[in-house]
Order: sequence, then C-alpha cells, then structure tokens
Amino acid sequence: MYLYDAIDQRLVDERVRQFRDQTRRFLAGQLSDDEFKQLRLRNGLYLQRHAPMLRIAIPYGLLSTAQLRKLAHLARTYDRGYGHFTTRQNLQLNWPRLEDVPEMLAELATVQMHAIQTSGNCVRNITTDHFAGVAADELVDSFVWCEIVRQWSTFNPEFSYLPRKFKIAINGAAADRAATWVHDIGLHAVRAEGASDAFPSPAVGFRVLVGGGLGRTPMVGHVVREFLPWPHLLTYLDAILRVYNRYGRRDNIHKARIKILVKERGPEAFAREVEAEWAQLKDGPGTLVPEEIARVEARFTRPAYARLPAVDPEFEPLRASDKAFASWVRRNVHPHKVPGYAAVTLSLKKTGVPPGDLSDAQMDAIADLADRYSFGELRMSHEQNLIFADVARRDLHALWRELGPLGLATANVGLITNIIACPGGDFCSLANARSIPVAEAIQRRFDDLDYAFDVGELDLNISGCMNACGHHHVGHIGILGVDKAGEEFYQIEIGGNQGETRPGAKPALGKVLGPSFSQGEVPDAIERLVRRYLELREHDEERFIDVVQRVGVEPFKEHLYAKADQEPSARERQLAAA
Amino acid sequence: MPKLIKNRQLANDSWLRLDREPERWLAPGEDGLVPDFPAAADLIVPLKVWRLRRDDLVERQGRTGVWLESADDPGALAGDSERLALIAVHFPKFSDGRGFSTARLLRERYGFRGELRAVGDVLRDQLFFLGRCGFDAFALREDQDAEAALGAFDDFSEAYQGAVDQPGPLFRRRLADGASR
Repeated sequence: MYLYDAIDQRLVDERVRQFRDQTRRFLAGQLSDDEFKQLRLRNGLYLQRHAPMLRIAIPYGLLSTAQLRKLAHLARTYDRGYGHFTTRQNLQLNWPRLEDVPEMLAELATVQMHAIQTSGNCVRNITTDHFAGVAADELVDSFVWCEIVRQWSTFNPEFSYLPRKFKIAINGAAADRAATWVHDIGLHAVRAEGASDAFPSPAVGFRVLVGGGLGRTPMVGHVVREFLPWPHLLTYLDAILRVYNRYGRRDNIHKARIKILVKERGPEAFAREVEAEWAQLKDGPGTLVPEEIARVEARFTRPAYARLPAVDPEFEPLRASDKAFASWVRRNVHPHKVPGYAAVTLSLKKTGVPPGDLSDAQMDAIADLADRYSFGELRMSHEQNLIFADVARRDLHALWRELGPLGLATANVGLITNIIACPGGDFCSLANARSIPVAEAIQRRFDDLDYAFDVGELDLNISGCMNACGHHHVGHIGILGVDKAGEEFYQIEIGGNQGETRPGAKPALGKVLGPSFSQGEVPDAIERLVRRYLELREHDEERFIDVVQRVGVEPFKEHLYAKADQEPSARERQLAAA
Repeated sequence: MPKLIKNRQLANDSWLRLDREPERWLAPGEDGLVPDFPAAADLIVPLKVWRLRRDDLVERQGRTGVWLESADDPGALAGDSERLALIAVHFPKFSDGRGFSTARLLRERYGFRGELRAVGDVLRDQLFFLGRCGFDAFALREDQDAEAALGAFDDFSEAYQGAVDQPGPLFRRRLADGASR
C-alpha cells in the first residue's frame, strides 16, 4: 500500500469538506442540477435509474484489508449489503442516499480512500497490471508510477474540465495485463539497451500510446513516442492533455474523446503537435527526479517475505490427489517473483452471481483471509476479480479450502465463464439490455469444468449498451445488448483482444458477425462458435482468439448462421416441448 | 453589472467592454473613416479589433484590454504582453475548460503580467482552479454570491502540481522539507 503522508491526508479531508458544502448548497437550492452534476460526478456520484450510485476509487486496484472492511461497512450501513467491482478497478455502491454521501466520503477518508475523479470529464483512476510488484516478467513496479501519475492528476487545475473523460493505464511488465491499447493514454515500461538494475536508470522509460478506447467508437491506440525517459513522464502528459484540452471537440459528446482528435488530425500530425508543446515544457519544474521516485517507492509497504524453498514438499502430492485443487491451481494460481510464493485469483465469477459483485459479509471474510494469507493486502483486476498477490505456496491448499465455502474458489480465471459484464439494464439507466442474466445463462451452459478447461483461454465480455463498460469490443467473444423496438437483443462479435496478455494475438477490436439474437438464443449461439473453434484449432495451445486471427471471422459466421437456420433455437425447443 | 473579484477581494469594475460586434469598429462610416474609440476609457476589445487597430488603441489615453473567446489562440497576443493592461478570457459554459490552458499559456509562455480576468459562466466552484491557472480577476456570473465565493480560494491548502500560482510541484517542496529535517 501507498501510505498517505500528512499532506495527502489533508487534501482528501479538504475534499470531503468541499463536497459537504457543495451538497448543502445544492439541497438549499443554491446550485442548479447541472452545476451540481459536474461537482458530484467528480466525487463519483451518479443519479441512476433507482437511486444514486457512488463509485469509489481503488487507486490502481490496490487495497488494504482495513480499506476492504470499510467498504463492507459502507455497503452494510448505507447500501443494501453489497458492492460491485468494475473493470476500472473501482467499487460501485448502488443505493446510497445523496444526503449520506458526504458522510460516506468522510468515512472513506479515515482509511485513506476517496471517490475523487471517478467520473466527470477529468483524469480518472489510473489502472494497471494486477500483478504489479510480484510478476516475474516485470520491468518496473507500475504501482509507483501509478501513484506519481495519481498525484499529478488529482485536482489538476488545468485538466479538470476536459472535453470528455480521460483514462490512463500503465503496464510495467512484458505481458500487457492492463489493456493499455484501449485507453486514452497507455504507458508501457521500456528498458532500453544498457539499463542497469540500479534504479532509476536513465535507460528506463515509457512507450506512449494515445487514442485507444472502447465505447461507441472503439479504437486501438497509436504509439506517439517509442521511448520517453522516465524523468519526462509528467511534462509529456501535460503536453498531451494540453493539446487535447485545447483542441478536443466540445460540440458533440460522442466525438469528444481524444481518440477522435487523434483520428481527425492523424496520429503522426497529432504526435508532432504534442512534441511541439512538450518542447516548451521539457525540463521544466514538473520534471521528475530520482529522489521523488525513491520517496514514493518508500511510502509503499512491502510484504516481509519469508525465506521459503521454491518447491513446497507437500504441494505436489496434494495436487496429484485432489483434482479440484489441481484445477484451481491451474487456473487461479499465478507465478511470483519471490521463491515459494504465488499470486492467487479469487474469482468473482461464480455461476449465478452477478460478475464483480460481493456482499459485505464476503468482503469481511476476504479481509480476514488476506490478513492471514497475503500480508493484509489485495488487488482487484480489470477483469473484476480479486487477487491475493503474496501467498506462500505451502498455504495454497489451506487457502483454497477456505475460499470454497465463500464461493470464491471457482477455477475459471481466463476461461469462458470468467465473464466481464457491466451492471446492465438491471441497474444502469444507460443500458439497452440486461447483461447479468445473459452472463449467467452462458455460465450455466459451460458449467461443466472439464468442457471449459478443454476450450481453454477465452475472454467473453458483455456490455448492456454501446458505452461498452463490459469491454465487449475486446472480448475474444463480445456481446452487446441492443434495443429493437423495445425488446432486448444481443449482437455477437468475435476477434477482439485486449492486448498481448501473452505472446501471440495482437490487440484487436471484435467484428460483428451478423444479425442479433434474443436473450434465449445467446447460449446456443456461443456454443456454436465454441464448437467451430474446437473443429478449427490445430493444437490445444491454440486459443480461440489465435484461431480467429489465423482463419478470420468467416468460418465462424457461416457456421453460426447456417446452423441457426437448421437447428431449432432454444426458445423454439422450449415452445415445442410446452 | 457582474460582480468582480480582484486579487481575492470584491472590487468595482472600471473597464468598459466595447460592443460585441467587431465589424462596427472596423468598417469605415459614411465619412470614409473608421470610428474613433473613446479616448479616456479603459476598453476591452475583441481580438480582431485589437489585431487590426492596435495603434489607434494604444495611442489613446485610456488603457486597453483584449477579450478572448474560448477557442481563440492566446498565441495571437504573444508579442503584446507589455501593451495590454488586461486580458479577459470568456467561459461560454463553466464546464468548457479551454480557458484554463489559455490562462497558463498567457502567464507562463507569453509573459503576460497584467490583469487576467475570467468572464462569462464563472462560478464559485471553479475559482480555486482558475486562480491556480493564473487568473487574478473574476467577473462572476450575475447570480453568484461574491462574498461567499471568496472562500473558494481556500478550498485546498496544498496542491500536487505546479501551476502559475506556485510553479514547483509538491514533490519539490516535499523533498526540500525532507532534506532540511
């Protein structure tokens, strides 16, 4: 955890005081709806279909157990006893009362948390790799850089009223686990030739991507600079944001994201403009210095790892004798850079539970487990799961046994049932269709773990509307809820890929296969696509996305719609049986 | 009459804003001459009028200021910092944030030291950020409680980033504090 110093704390406290006064003025009729809207959004507060929704920041997804207990307390006290973890590494509570929100923010501040800039046209929560700091393939600890950028973005006076929201993702490892190609800005840590281990080496820097994003105009980002030495990170961000703030479109909300500006100017011209602005800012007071990196790094608590053998003698026999444990290890346990340790994913994707949802009791129980098994910290991933990053391998079996009764040991990370889904029409006023029942129907279809294991890695993402909060464009299979004359239908696309999570498929956006399906038809359609994949793959290691990138979407499309004509749909079968 | 805050105090506005329609001051009248400007008044003129009649304006006894719309490029005033006593930056809507960049550029890049005034949809809850970006005068929207708005400058006691009010970012002060301890 990054531990606040007195100034960090004071700023969060002052924010609570400011918002308390703004809420008071709104309730007293001194602020119009529109004026208050801009202020409450910058504190994470939406007015939704049923009630307000409060989006709490979990900066770069890192959380202490004290913080998780506070979230459980808030869910219990001010809400209906659960929270929803989002793809942006935030937590949403769906039924707080407006009058209570200042008090909720005050409670959050007592555990160094807030809801600052979780919405509104400003720089949002910085997201990153959920294995930061522990991954074997790590180049830099991205948490440190996320915190530096968090401070730069917090109450940034120049960039608080941008044309539209602005999302930054930082990845510090060789594999991209932060979906950097589909962010307004993506940063990849790069170690140039000659980088020494003594940090911070001047040969460490960032590749800068701009103009990616999902939503109704999905785009993959462009590299505007291959190598930016780390001291210049903040002045370069200043330059990008200034060009965007001045020239991004403000006449049409659907064309206001930076990706549209990059597209309209052309990536090269845009990059030249940024470079010209940066030439004026470079080496200015915002230039980072080694002492600041060291200071931020030192404010992060670090686990006091025990000296453990790389191989635990009891682990292999347990794995050999317990198939369910072995499955869980295969999917949910990840390598760690410290010998004898592993990172563990707690799947929030148990069939029948809305993806990303946790009850207050689960949160409390998870906090207890994290205290006992993972140094009192946890992370949340943009795939809406929780991570215990520092579990001793010798404790894996005991942890697994405790997770089972909590419904958190589903062995499906990376599999088709590990569905990313937005809250959808059940909760969100923007949605055209519900996402949660569709996720559940697909999970039921693939509930047989052996089958799901055989299918292998497959990202399936569902959004309830074209705003794409469920990241459907980058699902290997993506499902989009659409409204057809008041009825919910679902468009299916394939071939999307969030990025190089491992060597192989490049980041890509999905292609829509054809006419949409009714809710009842979706599981059959997905199963047809999966069957086709199993026919086409050349070996077990070739994933669904690899096959789509090799053969294109046509073979899938033909199969999906040809069979649909011949085989009765689920609904027709049900009707025939009735 | 909009309420004016200047240097964190309520102030009276001595400036006269020239007609919004620039053509009236640029086109020759029936006598073949462009109209004279009021000689003694402190005048705020549109950018276009300033560009085309700069000499007539500066030769007057009164001071001159320029009104920038939110899309106007502050670089157009790059060489004028010494000749202008005031620049007004218009916020058509409080959520149109271009003026924040305009202000920083005028102060930090073009060396403008005169009065930098936020005009238009200027509300209490943006004052802290506006002040940080270099505005020192605020023509508040008509309905605002100017007295109460003065408190907004103290919404926060510190800031992470460098800006016009404090060029060094917080990390430089933290390091200096750490070194002196």
